[in-house]
Amino acid sequence: MGFQIIKPDTSYDFIGRRRIAYFLSIFLILIGLLSLGLKGGPKLGIDFAGGVIIQVKFQEEVELSELTSILGETDLPALVVQRFGDRSDYEFLLRTSAENLSPSVVRDTVEGKLNQYYPDDHYIIQRLEMVGPRVGADLRESALHALFFAVLFIAIYISGRFEHKWFVAAFMAAGMAGGVYLLKLIGIPLGFLIFAAMIITLILSWYLRLNFALGAVVALIHDIIITVGIFSLLNKEFDLSIVAALLTILGYSLNDTIIVFDRIRENLRNKVSSSLSRTINMSINQTLSRTIITSGTTLIVVLCLLFLGGGIIHDFAFALTVGIIVGTYSSIFVASPILLSFRPVIEEEEVEPTPVRRKRKPAYQSK
Amino acid sequence: MKGNLKWKIPVILLVLIISLLYFLPSFPGIKDSSLGRIMPDKQVNLGLDLRGGIHLVLGVEVDRATERSLSQIGQDIRDEARLNDILVLRPRISDDNRLEFTLLQKEQQRELEQLISSAYNNLRIISSRADDDQRIIYTLDFTAEYKENIKDMTLDQAVKTIRNRIDQFGVAEPDIRRQQEDRIQVQLPGLDDPQRAIAIIGQTAHLEFKLVDEEADIERAVQGIVPPGSRLYYQEITLPDGSTVQEPVVLRAETAMTGEYITNAHTAFDQYNQPYVSITFDNRGSRIFERITGENVRKRLAIVLDGNVYSTPVIQERISGGRASITGRFTVEEAHDLAVVLRAGSLPAPVFVMEERSVGPSLGQESIERGVRSAVIGGALVIIFMVFYFGFAGVVANTVLAFNIILIVAGLAGFGATLTLPGIAGIILTIGIAVDANVLIFERIREELRRGLSPRAAIEEGYNRATLTILDANVTTIIAAVILYQFGTGPIRGFAVTLTLGVLASMFTAIFVSRVLFDIWVMRRKPGKVLNI
Repeated sequence: MGFQIIKPDTSYDFIGRRRIAYFLSIFLILIGLLSLGLKGGPKLGIDFAGGVIIQVKFQEEVELSELTSILGETDLPALVVQRFGDRSDYEFLLRTSAENLSPSVVRDTVEGKLNQYYPDDHYIIQRLEMVGPRVGADLRESALHALFFAVLFIAIYISGRFEHKWFVAAFMAAGMAGGVYLLKLIGIPLGFLIFAAMIITLILSWYLRLNFALGAVVALIHDIIITVGIFSLLNKEFDLSIVAALLTILGYSLNDTIIVFDRIRENLRNKVSSSLSRTINMSINQTLSRTIITSGTTLIVVLCLLFLGGGIIHDFAFALTVGIIVGTYSSIFVASPILLSFRPVIEEEEVEPTPVRRKRKPAYQSK
Repeated sequence: MKGNLKWKIPVILLVLIISLLYFLPSFPGIKDSSLGRIMPDKQVNLGLDLRGGIHLVLGVEVDRATERSLSQIGQDIRDEARLNDILVLRPRISDDNRLEFTLLQKEQQRELEQLISSAYNNLRIISSRADDDQRIIYTLDFTAEYKENIKDMTLDQAVKTIRNRIDQFGVAEPDIRRQQEDRIQVQLPGLDDPQRAIAIIGQTAHLEFKLVDEEADIERAVQGIVPPGSRLYYQEITLPDGSTVQEPVVLRAETAMTGEYITNAHTAFDQYNQPYVSITFDNRGSRIFERITGENVRKRLAIVLDGNVYSTPVIQERISGGRASITGRFTVEEAHDLAVVLRAGSLPAPVFVMEERSVGPSLGQESIERGVRSAVIGGALVIIFMVFYFGFAGVVANTVLAFNIILIVAGLAGFGATLTLPGIAGIILTIGIAVDANVLIFERIREELRRGLSPRAAIEEGYNRATLTILDANVTTIIAAVILYQFGTGPIRGFAVTLTLGVLASMFTAIFVSRVLFDIWVMRRKPGKVLNI
């Protein structure tokens, strides 16, 4: 048998230490929310806020402060100059909020100013992106829709596929769509709607006893809030690619969670232990090696992208890196332990597929 | 041979061959070789972010087109009414884009309304009220359907004109299409000078010939007192020292002729080697031009393009033959671009840039290199790890991983999908995710082996138990990818496509193909040999 990182019969007590994990998660979430609150929401890139960015590459090293002061002589509104990519690339990103300027005017202004200080062939404008206010608003809307529908469909899939309660899942979808529709009628902005949709999903999963769905959705919300929070802490901008990364994280984190959940169900069916907490703990341990290896391989490639992929893909790769780490953590320390809070429901779930055993006395013990 | 291997192996080989046929042509060396000629003529399209180019979303000011036809109709109604001895005064466009005019005699109200409803069924009267002098002030607007109609025609015409201009300008594989509402998307791959292209696309090129109002007092006009029926314009004049001044000139408001009759336009040079644009009119245009010049000899005729006066030559004599020239201080490039624009026709309404994303070709090339480098190094690390950790099974996983990547690229080429930088990231991510399925199976097989099962039974168990879990887990990724595709824009869609292809391909390779490889191993192994996993 080959090399092993995790010995086959580990029995780390994840469940016993869940309070430490909860504390850590709540701490991270609070810090993220605090940062978001202080900064008035996530920092939006031009995709969502509108504006112009220009990527300039120089032939040789140019000081950022020098470039900033040179371009400061122009009357471009809210101009921000920053270094882009590796230092050795001599690349800079200029951003300006040009509400009423056409992109050509911005380009002319920048080129005109640079030409005064640098020979024409010493720099090249590699990229110009301009998003007008209307397109920005549209992109904002479609990003929020994407997140909203992702949460909706994933919640439906989990409750349907996992608990074999497609009817209940449909009911939940209807409840969620209805609730959100009502909120939309009274004019609540879409950003809050997503939050509301998540809360409604949580309440419905609780009420309908969709405990696996609840665990998964809690873990999802956890991952998203922490990733968004870290972005806010590091002052990174949100654009379309970050939303794509968030959705990918949703899928990836669930992937991990589902694999642990599948094992828990299998172990419940096989009655490997009389204690629910021990069953869950054992399932996490059994899948631990797989969880760590795949997170590891995915992390390897994403880190390659982060360090070698260049400036344009950098933040996207960063979001994926954070998401993969947080997602792996949450499927071990958050999603599964949460199942414990629903002991009576799990018990029912366990008995349901084999009605013959219904008379068996529940023998769960609390930890 | 084990029963089901009899059909599984041919299926796999068939898929491999077909995918290779679609995979290989995307590599330049193979495409041009003799082998390339017998392969499908499909290769992976690179997105604008990888090959360089411009993505534009233009907003068309449809209101201006509506306004223009409304104003035209106002003139028509006035003329038509006059033929019926009805006096209609001052047709004009109000601030809220409606047609307003005044009926002089109240008694003719019914007559006028009858005329309007019979001859102009696309108009509706919004209000009519009497003013202090017992005149009736009418407010009219197009019906909603007709407005929709104008919008449709304006956008179609704009798309056609832009396509014409780009064709004349010479860009390979442009993509121009209408989008929602009043938007047009233009994608031009591989352009070095995006600004020039945008200038050509965006110019309204509304050419008008207007007579100069020779009686008007320019001094007073500049102060704001312009004679009725005339309007103040400015002409850019280049002084001998090279600087320019804006010189005021008063023109008749009425347009003598527009550029709609132009059949051809090209650059020419005068005796001082100064470029100008020579235009040719069609028959109807020639006759109109002949009449205008004939009636106004010794007067000046202004050539106005998009509201700017280019020149005001004196008409020396009646001009027949349908030729005119536009002079001004052009560079050769400017004259060429103006000729292109005039040849292609004017836009039915002004357009403005709502979104622009232009990427230089050098950056695109750099992105490809960096993306490929990340993929190769990341992939190599994963491959080394898998062999190190799982031994023989790792080799199996790596084999199917290579197959997986061939399938993704073949899928991109076969479906005509576009590869973008985030798309490359999607492939890289798939490398990480694709081994997941195999890791899941292998870990399960290890567990079963530890329970004391024979290699054959452990493989059987491992695959059976892990397959459903893999399906479950991958569905969520696909849900996320489909939603991304639905709501994303160009580059992000590329990511959604490669991710979906990657996950689908990984289910085939990691579950089906790797199983067959193991079955072959089981079949050929010497009794008692342990499984290296």
